Amino acid sequence: MSLWKRHTIFETNSIILVIGVLVVIAIGGLVEIAPLFYLKTTIEKVEGVRPYTPLELAGRNIYVREGCYNCHSQMIRTLRDEVERYGHYSLAAESMYDRPFQWGSKRTGPDLARVGGKYSDDWHRDHLAAPKSVVPGTVMPSYPWLARTELDVSHIADDLKVQAALGVPYTAEMIAKAQSDALTQGSADAPDAAELARRYPKAQSRDYDGNPGRLSEADALIAYLQVLGQMVDFKLYNDKANIR
Amino acid sequence: MTLGEGIAALAFVALAIVSIAVAANAYTPEYAFHAWLFALASAAGVFTIVNRYYDRPTELPPLTIDGKPNYNMGPVKFATVAAVVWGIAGFAVGLWAALELAFPVLNFDLPWLSFGRIRPLHTSAVIFAFGGNVLLATSFYVVQRTCRARLAGDIAPWFVVLGYNFFIVIAGTGYVLGITQSKEYAEPEWYADLWLTVVWVAYFLVFLGTIMRRSEPHIYVANWFYLAFILTIAMLHLGNNAAIPVSLYSPKSYIVWSGVQDAMVQWWYGHNAVGFFLTAGFLAIMYYFIPKRADRPIYSYRLSIIHFWSLIFLYIWAGPHHLHYTALPDWAQTLGMTFSIMLWMPSWGGMINGIMTLSGAWDKLRTDPVLRMLVVSVAFYGMATFEGPLMSVKAVNSLSHYTDWTVGHVHSGALGWVGYVSFGAIYCLVPWLWNRERLYSLKLVNWHFWISTIGIVLYISAMWVSGILQGLMWRAYTKLGFLEYSFIETVEAMHPFYVIRALGGALFLAGALIMVWNLWRTVNPGTARETAAAPVLAPAE
Repeated sequence: MSLWKRHTIFETNSIILVIGVLVVIAIGGLVEIAPLFYLKTTIEKVEGVRPYTPLELAGRNIYVREGCYNCHSQMIRTLRDEVERYGHYSLAAESMYDRPFQWGSKRTGPDLARVGGKYSDDWHRDHLAAPKSVVPGTVMPSYPWLARTELDVSHIADDLKVQAALGVPYTAEMIAKAQSDALTQGSADAPDAAELARRYPKAQSRDYDGNPGRLSEADALIAYLQVLGQMVDFKLYNDKANIR
Repeated sequence: MTLGEGIAALAFVALAIVSIAVAANAYTPEYAFHAWLFALASAAGVFTIVNRYYDRPTELPPLTIDGKPNYNMGPVKFATVAAVVWGIAGFAVGLWAALELAFPVLNFDLPWLSFGRIRPLHTSAVIFAFGGNVLLATSFYVVQRTCRARLAGDIAPWFVVLGYNFFIVIAGTGYVLGITQSKEYAEPEWYADLWLTVVWVAYFLVFLGTIMRRSEPHIYVANWFYLAFILTIAMLHLGNNAAIPVSLYSPKSYIVWSGVQDAMVQWWYGHNAVGFFLTAGFLAIMYYFIPKRADRPIYSYRLSIIHFWSLIFLYIWAGPHHLHYTALPDWAQTLGMTFSIMLWMPSWGGMINGIMTLSGAWDKLRTDPVLRMLVVSVAFYGMATFEGPLMSVKAVNSLSHYTDWTVGHVHSGALGWVGYVSFGAIYCLVPWLWNRERLYSLKLVNWHFWISTIGIVLYISAMWVSGILQGLMWRAYTKLGFLEYSFIETVEAMHPFYVIRALGGALFLAGALIMVWNLWRTVNPGTARETAAAPVLAPAE
């Protein structure tokens, strides 16, 4: 019986066809995805990567909501020009707490993986409200509503709780203090700033949007942008240590 | 009342109650709005089921009448109309997004018009709303005709088409209101994903159930492709959307994967949304509509067997080529590239099978613009599936990735392949479904073809130039070894190409509007029907 004849079994039996398809489509994904969860070389061991503070996380959720990933990547490739333009190539460890990842696929605007600390808070505030005021040739939309809208952190503890359940190392203390931590980080001279920095190393508390009266969505988004790429100290990072 | 009607009505009552409770406690007004939509749709569902029960005859429609299958074309008609409506909406939103990049003032400083929210609206509208309805309509049509059997289920086919379109409404309104999980082509949040899961299971059961009651011994090749598309999309959807909601009262969820694993899962999904939604499903259309329209058998049945198994096996591996030179481990990148290059072969095998089906009927390309559209779509498929493996080569990808070249590549596939094969299928379907002798005007099909072809050529060549130009500018060095261009200089250089691209998109939309007019007049001929001119003899070539 020729091979072509044998194929008749798929053509005349719908359940066998369904099973055949399922087997064939499962293989590639299993081979490519499953090892990423157990091969130790997938994610480097790096000092400094910590979970986002509640304010940074809220800012990240605004970044997601506004669809920033449609135009900005957060993934510096291992290419000379990218490293010179944006900084050290991105490590897998740097996005290990990112749910979902924001590597992006298109650079209508520049990569943002290391935008933290590159510009002042004031620059970001002006840039978000009216990008052309600081970058005349830009095609980025204005986001004036961010500074106008009060940040809703009433449920932010729930967000931390879900992330903790998924394996992000948020402690019970961090979850309990989530709401007040967000308020602390968004104001200058807050008494609990040192407490916050103890829970989240290097977390910076200040009035990000230049409006000390209230905590706006711009506060959160700028706090997030300013921490991007800031967690790992590349003066101390030894990329040879991860070669196994 | 049938068991199906009873269970569906009870489920809708329960869903309405849950939705109202969610609406009352929702964390955000946007989510409350969605909960109300769910409540209203459920209530409408209950009403429709009960109302239909009282109106319909006690006996369900017979499976056959006088020995001929009693086809159920109502859901097919609905999905066909929905495809046309969503198509126009999706193309228009795409044009708007293109204009926003050329003229950013068009964002109007409004949240719901800003590019970051409009772009997913465009991609979902064209892929899932337009493409999805084309697939629903054609699959329900083709599976009935090729199995010579009535669609399985009584209200189930209607649940599939209406439920799917309700998902589209939730997804689309969600984007403009800022509800998204930011995973490309999988942006809808957890509750929309759950709803789609239910609809998709029903879709699978209706499709499989129809195959099972076939009166033909063999399952036609188009149905293999539809089946692979339905099964794979189910697997991808569940894998990529595995998320835990913050609360029942919150639209927000967090994905169970993170960072590099999430990136891999996302592009396993993303590339196979292309491979199975936009390729396997539409290849099924090719395998039915081209032979039908050309009135020729498929070129090679054996080639279609090889085509089918190799395509679905290889496609799944191609995802990592979206992640070259990133923090994804090298071994995965290399696998992705290798399989993407191998994928060239089954893709062209399919193209050859489609185009060579015209053997002995090539003259019809000159006389039948609908067939020309179908065949040119396969030619675009061949072009896009050559460009894809090329771009998956790491050295090429280092230049093309993150640039407009990718956008151009996607659109040569989306406009040329998916768009044209869909238009061709719709031009065939509408006269068949509404029992019209022929289309209102073949001349208008010709206009549609040429206007949109010019649009596609403008679009993809503008994106080739802008993409390669920007990629080269990013990596350009001065003689002294410094980067030559600041980022903003590379953005400013894109402007003329963004204008040309928008013009191309406008032409494509104009062509589609001509199609709408043509279809409208086909269904509603009125009195001013194009008088059939005396056939003019065509000169011999």
